[in-house]
Amino acid sequence: MSKRRNPLPGFGLSLGYTVMYLSVIVLLPLCALIIKASGLTLEEFWRWTTNDRALSAYKLTFGASFVAALLNSFFGITTAWVLVRYEFFGRRLLDALVDFPFALPTAVAGLTLAELFSPNGWLGKFLVPIGVQGVFSQLGVVIALTFVGMPFVIRSLQPVIESLDVEIEEAAAILGASRTRTFIFVIFPMLFPTIITGFALAFARAIGEYGSIVFISGNIPYKTEIAPVLIVMRLEEYNYAGATAIAVVLLIISFLMLALINWLQSWSQKFME
Amino acid sequence: MGGVITTHQAKQRSAKRRLIEGSPVMKWLLIAISVIFLGTFLLLPLVNVFAQALSKGIRAYFQSLTLPESVSSIKMTLIIVGISVPLNVIFGISAAWAITKFKFPGKTLLLTFIDLPFSISPVVVGLMYVLLYGLQGQLGQWLDGKDIQIIFNVPGMVLVTIFVTLPFVARELIPIMQSVGVEQEHAALTLGASGWQTFWHVTLPSVKWGLLYGVILCNARAMGEFGAVSVVSGHITGRTDTMPLMVEKFYNDFNSVAAFSLSSLLALLALITLIVKTWLEWREFRDKTETKKPIG
Repeated sequence: MSKRRNPLPGFGLSLGYTVMYLSVIVLLPLCALIIKASGLTLEEFWRWTTNDRALSAYKLTFGASFVAALLNSFFGITTAWVLVRYEFFGRRLLDALVDFPFALPTAVAGLTLAELFSPNGWLGKFLVPIGVQGVFSQLGVVIALTFVGMPFVIRSLQPVIESLDVEIEEAAAILGASRTRTFIFVIFPMLFPTIITGFALAFARAIGEYGSIVFISGNIPYKTEIAPVLIVMRLEEYNYAGATAIAVVLLIISFLMLALINWLQSWSQKFME
Repeated sequence: MGGVITTHQAKQRSAKRRLIEGSPVMKWLLIAISVIFLGTFLLLPLVNVFAQALSKGIRAYFQSLTLPESVSSIKMTLIIVGISVPLNVIFGISAAWAITKFKFPGKTLLLTFIDLPFSISPVVVGLMYVLLYGLQGQLGQWLDGKDIQIIFNVPGMVLVTIFVTLPFVARELIPIMQSVGVEQEHAALTLGASGWQTFWHVTLPSVKWGLLYGVILCNARAMGEFGAVSVVSGHITGRTDTMPLMVEKFYNDFNSVAAFSLSSLLALLALITLIVKTWLEWREFRDKTETKKPIG
């Protein structure tokens, strides 16, 4: 018995074009980076990735990304819960606005946040006198990354909260559990895998962010310089080896995050069933 | 009797509501936290863009938008978007067609490569292209001999924009085309339609809203791309500055009104993107609830 032939045309053309396009746009440049990186001696690679300036840049990049993802998780749980469960004036507007950080160019985000938190800005006016420096500081990096990563936790959680079985909460209440107890011991464990996935997505997005941060951080070496900014600095010195070495570190971490997120997503799917 | 039951039911319902919503104090506290958070991080920055752009009056606003640097940056952005978005649309359709209509080995790998651009930092993307086409490399030297310049020039900026926005259309189309299936196309072919006819009259209409969704997301990202374009542009004022790059230049020159005026156009674009997105989601929701209703 022969397999029934797929009568649809265009397999060769569409697959051929897809593979060619991907090779030219994605694979070729990726190979250029890998070739350049493999041309570095181990000693060179080590020098450019572990000098003090690079180390403080990683520390800030990962530290600020972590804090921002944590903030987004906390406020994301609250916001997703409120948007799904409560009816109030302006709910639909807020819900639509959640995607704003995805749509707004990062340069504009950086510009307006830098202005808001500057000493004369709407928020800086009140915050700077009490010692909260939101501009040209590490806090500024956290602020920009919080903005950029905000939609992930909220958008991951909303469908999960919608699909929660209300009867479980009723049962908990009938059995005498308080609302807080129900949330901590019944609801939160059900949401946990999704929260972790949203956290990882926000964190991964924050690691590579550049546009918004150059405006708000001041890019001071050893203090507010993030890893992507350091790559640009090395490029401006025509130090291709230095730029490549730092880029490889970022790339490896991005790929590890990608693998982790894929695993988390399949885990949370299994968990839901 | 009926009245008694309804009040009883109403009581039960409100008891259920209380169970789900918790105490009103808790409810309003949570709403307040969310509103303050979203208000501070979303609404305030948005309003601030327009307030700052108009802070010196409407004349200064239009004056800074008609500065030669602003006008050329707007043109530059439109050229880059005009090339990269259509190319990614053709790619997205072609990739979705191959992936959803046929079986072949290595499909998962192909999907991984399509997603790859989302997880690479834009600055690293720019660096890759500099290493590939820049004058320090062999390919760049060879192209230079042929008088072709890619880096610090428009072709490089188009290429990195294509890289960064590559997944959007394909990612939107693949799940939709998967769920539509292939029966309709098979029927069209059996009835004697040609391959292209089937594609234009059967496949494309069934995915048009998803396609539009992908295009607006791709467009928004292409217009706003900063990191990758910044690395390969060379920042030649009037020649290789896009709108986001010009925003940075104005900001560094302490020309706040011009920076915010140009930003206001980009923010407007983001708002339009959100409105179209919300409208498309509302349409989809409506279609779904309508198909659930019994016919007749």
